[in-house]
Amino acid sequence: MADHNHDHHGDHSHGDNHHDGGGHDHGTLKSYTIGFLLSVVLTAIPFWLVMHKVLPSKSTTALVILAFAAVQIVVHMVYFLHMNTRSEGGWTMLALIFTVVLVVITLSGSLWVMYHMNANMMPTLQELKAMP
Amino acid sequence: MSDTTLNNRFLVRDHHPENGTLLGFWLYLMSDCLVFACLFAAYGVLGRSYAGGPGGAELFDLPIVALNTAFLLMSSITYGFAMLEMQKGKVGSVQLWLVVTGLFGAAFLGVELFEFHHLIEHGHGPQASAFLTSFFSLVGTHGLHVTFGIVWLITLMIQVGKFGLTAANKRRLMCLSMFWHFLDVVWIGVFTFVYLMGVL
Repeated sequence: MADHNHDHHGDHSHGDNHHDGGGHDHGTLKSYTIGFLLSVVLTAIPFWLVMHKVLPSKSTTALVILAFAAVQIVVHMVYFLHMNTRSEGGWTMLALIFTVVLVVITLSGSLWVMYHMNANMMPTLQELKAMP
Repeated sequence: MSDTTLNNRFLVRDHHPENGTLLGFWLYLMSDCLVFACLFAAYGVLGRSYAGGPGGAELFDLPIVALNTAFLLMSSITYGFAMLEMQKGKVGSVQLWLVVTGLFGAAFLGVELFEFHHLIEHGHGPQASAFLTSFFSLVGTHGLHVTFGIVWLITLMIQVGKFGLTAANKRRLMCLSMFWHFLDVVWIGVFTFVYLMGVL
């Protein structure tokens, strides 16, 4: 059994991996290394920003680290999950776009609606006492 | 012998018989993504409801989270190395990198369980406030995924040890690769949205 498999792999020429257009991209040492280095940088900067309170305003820091997270997610998708428009004839990309739309609606919808629900809630005892 | 050659020709020509599985597994990951989106939304809504208790700034220990993030990132790249060795057909180095990946995953889990234990021990368990409920649900679900990823990893190591890098085992390794990298993507959201923004 094992011998048979070795024969099979011996037959492979490396170029075979990238022949078919609808195929799956396997990545190379270079792509994994680039992805890893980018991830390290994109992780280290947000931690540094928060731990050393580099930026004066909290909301600016929040926006900046969210932007870093978004970029890092794209880096992981491209370099580790090998996302491209070609794999599986474009179906993985289509599924991903659909999922991203649902995630954005879920997150922004929940936050938006619940923020307003909170704003319209009955005031707490302290707030009532503070009222004129 | 001619029979074997014929088989080899067939395998080389039909190089990606696993495509259906990989697309199906990708669709599973996308639905898993929706589960996490709901948990993130719950945390986004409840994450500031401390019920008079301590908030993220008092409870979260960022150096430990940074260590955890490093463990998970290292495990991602070592799994990538395992996949590269798999393409070369080297069983031994695939197993070696899988062991390293599993150890990093286990280290991640260990640190996370230590953090959870520390929180619960000091009375900041999931029942203490809406913030902690949503925190434990989100981070705990991610940790559960990592746990099952490690179980799957060990299973595959036994499979590869027993049957070698067959087409079926390669397909399974590729599915686990997607699962593992996906968990790292979710963790980016967790450490940014929960931990870093929690201590701001």
